Amino acid sequence: MEGQKVKKKIKEIRFDMDKCNGCRCCEIVCSQVHANPKYSSVNPAKSRIRVIIDEFADNYVAIRAGQYTEAECNARNSFTIRGREFGTCEFCPAACPSRDAFKDPESGLPFKCDACEGEDSDIPMCVKECHSGALTYIEREVEVEPHTTDELQVSVATLLKRHGLEKVVDTIAKVAKEL
Amino acid sequence: MRYGETGYFLEIDLSTGNIEKVESDPRWLELYVGGQGSADRILWDRVPPEVEPFSPDNLLIFSAGLFCGTPIPGANRTIVNTFSPQTNLHAHTMMGSYFAPEMKFAGYDKIIIKGKADKLVYIYICDDKVEIRDASHLKGLGTYDTQEVLKKELGHRFQIAAIGPAGENRVFYASIDHSHASAARGAGAVMGDKRVKAIAIKGTKDLYVANPQKAFELGNRLRKEIAENPHVGDWMAVDEDDSFHHDNFAWGNARVRRKGYWTPEIEERFTRIKYDHLDRQTGCFNCPKRCHNVISWPGRKRFSYKCFGKDTYHMAAFQELDFSYDILGVAQNLGLDSYTTPQVIAFALELYEAGILTDNDLPGMPNDIKGRFFYFLDKIVKREGIGDILADGVYWAARKIGKGAEAFDHNTTKKFEQVPIKLGKLNPPYFLMIATGEKMNITQIEGSFPQDPLPTREEREEFVRGWIAAKDERFKKWFLEWEKREMVTIEMACAITEWNEAMHYIDDATGLCGFVSSFRGQFGGRTVYHIHNIPEFITVITGVEFDEEKLWTVYKRNRNLVRALNVRRGMRREDEKPPEDHWAVRNHEYEQILLDCYYEYQGWTKQGIPTVETLKKLDLDFVAEDFLKRGILTGNDEVPNVYEKYKDKYPWGI
Repeated sequence: MEGQKVKKKIKEIRFDMDKCNGCRCCEIVCSQVHANPKYSSVNPAKSRIRVIIDEFADNYVAIRAGQYTEAECNARNSFTIRGREFGTCEFCPAACPSRDAFKDPESGLPFKCDACEGEDSDIPMCVKECHSGALTYIEREVEVEPHTTDELQVSVATLLKRHGLEKVVDTIAKVAKEL
Repeated sequence: MRYGETGYFLEIDLSTGNIEKVESDPRWLELYVGGQGSADRILWDRVPPEVEPFSPDNLLIFSAGLFCGTPIPGANRTIVNTFSPQTNLHAHTMMGSYFAPEMKFAGYDKIIIKGKADKLVYIYICDDKVEIRDASHLKGLGTYDTQEVLKKELGHRFQIAAIGPAGENRVFYASIDHSHASAARGAGAVMGDKRVKAIAIKGTKDLYVANPQKAFELGNRLRKEIAENPHVGDWMAVDEDDSFHHDNFAWGNARVRRKGYWTPEIEERFTRIKYDHLDRQTGCFNCPKRCHNVISWPGRKRFSYKCFGKDTYHMAAFQELDFSYDILGVAQNLGLDSYTTPQVIAFALELYEAGILTDNDLPGMPNDIKGRFFYFLDKIVKREGIGDILADGVYWAARKIGKGAEAFDHNTTKKFEQVPIKLGKLNPPYFLMIATGEKMNITQIEGSFPQDPLPTREEREEFVRGWIAAKDERFKKWFLEWEKREMVTIEMACAITEWNEAMHYIDDATGLCGFVSSFRGQFGGRTVYHIHNIPEFITVITGVEFDEEKLWTVYKRNRNLVRALNVRRGMRREDEKPPEDHWAVRNHEYEQILLDCYYEYQGWTKQGIPTVETLKKLDLDFVAEDFLKRGILTGNDEVPNVYEKYKDKYPWGI
């Protein structure tokens, strides 16, 4: 029915940088869970969560691997936190063409956090093994408006506005031929 | 396929520029476990006794303990071994934080450095890519500064171990610093002599375990145990009552004990200073504890300390905590060890008061005590004037200065500054530990058997009930009956000394931190790691069968190997003595019998040299052969043969 809200489950791993003791247990267990065969190795470079540590500026930030993106950012931010400058990349959760983060160091394939789905644990292992309480896990249900307009319709409308009907049609025909 | 270890050593020759990745002998795991154990085998094979510590032929070996980088929590020690310019003996030092695990992930169990670079360099390691790089831009930079510059250049994933100007100028007690950890006792000076400013390492490789499922469960279980167990970690990071050090340890040049110094007012003041400046408490790789206090002090570099580290400077200077906080960040950035340095400065100030050092020796020295400490830091680090002499430590400085300065060198053993403790009555196991220990600092020797008895039988029974770490039933029986600190039989003293030392030797092979293992049993007796469970953990991680007896034999082998290295460099019975004033009341006749008994207990001659029989039992035939060839042993050597006669005697029962 139009106007009726739908329920959606949101999984959230929260990070409190003030509580982090820098032990990197999250990286250790994550890499074990995702090792092949399972648990067979430890390798923080293969962890889907990484802690950025700058002990001299007292910065501790955990970043979780998000969605892979094929596009690089063409402009980036920089942040100064307690006197130390960080670029967007350092806090970015996406594996992308411009950097090594969240990619398998051997194959280059991107990683994405799966919140330990399939693991025999009610919460992600990184959170479970974070004894300092810096990482916490929250599952909450939110009510969202149902999609009344088809996503594709929105995208096409945007293209038409920007490029005009003729150009869009021509391009679609051209691309379709190449496929 | 190797499990737990990578199976490779990285060999770097700075003189030729040659770099090799060399497969290690898989049998060494069973013989030495790893860490310092196998490093000492390399020192034995490759550094003959005539090699001076500052010779290009001396080796500087960084070892990752066997458990480092594996799921076993609390294992993160980088053990650094070489020969020390201060003692001319084996140097043992180590640091926590992240370096050793990173070595494993880069594919190396050890980094073995020989030769000498012709200019200042740093070693760049990113997995298989290893380069000796120019470090002229890092010259003179502090240990923290160097790490910051290199992290900026290379990326924050690099783990960096660096020396400061103290190391560059070969101050004998220069430290190697990494993150919130530090290793000294000779290694920083050798790194400086080799002209290696830093090692920067990053690894992205898998470190495999033999039994994945068990290792996963084990790591998680042990991590929880460590987190919840109040008897492991550094309780001094959170307990603000520090009467333990202030009332019992000696102030100044290990000179004055100030019983009753600690008061509620002092505690309140120190606590406020701490929490007003505390940024965070941190742990090491794979350890949920928070042993490092990270402090920001106005106008200084952020620094961290643990345990007694916060007291050494202000106790040497008769000041308060604010002075330690003011100087620690500076001294650690310069790359000076915070155990030895304050003692050296307090020693120099005593010489000045005694008129042995004069204003002519100390041009421009300020009048106030705080200013004087900073003055000496500067002189020592630059090896300028008197600083050049003091940079060799108290023992050598006393002899160079002369004019009676030797009498002020009252707290060294084997030419090394001991922890500043001066006590009443002779304590037999402590006599043995300080006399025969070869890790130079009592904190690296003591630790499994409690320092003191508990007052009542009920308390002792309670303690013994949960004491699963106890090596065997004898220790429980002894502890139950133990009432006065010094009332310990010779048998007890020998067994306690051995067990205490054994656990450190095991930790230094596995890479476990003393705060969850070897050091911590003496306060509370509830360590997470002990002789009964470590063998099983080695099996889970490596797939190699280990049991208690086998691990104990490894301890004995590793311990005798260190002794062999030192004996070959000339160490003998006469070197094995605690500082004369360590106890006010001594019994020299008894002490010598005690020493004889311990030598016999260990299978050593009256000179403290392992006999051929002892060595062969431990598969150290190559040591025996060398000793016979050099005439160190004759082949007819015997142990003192007095143990049976005296083992039941108490210190004043002879």
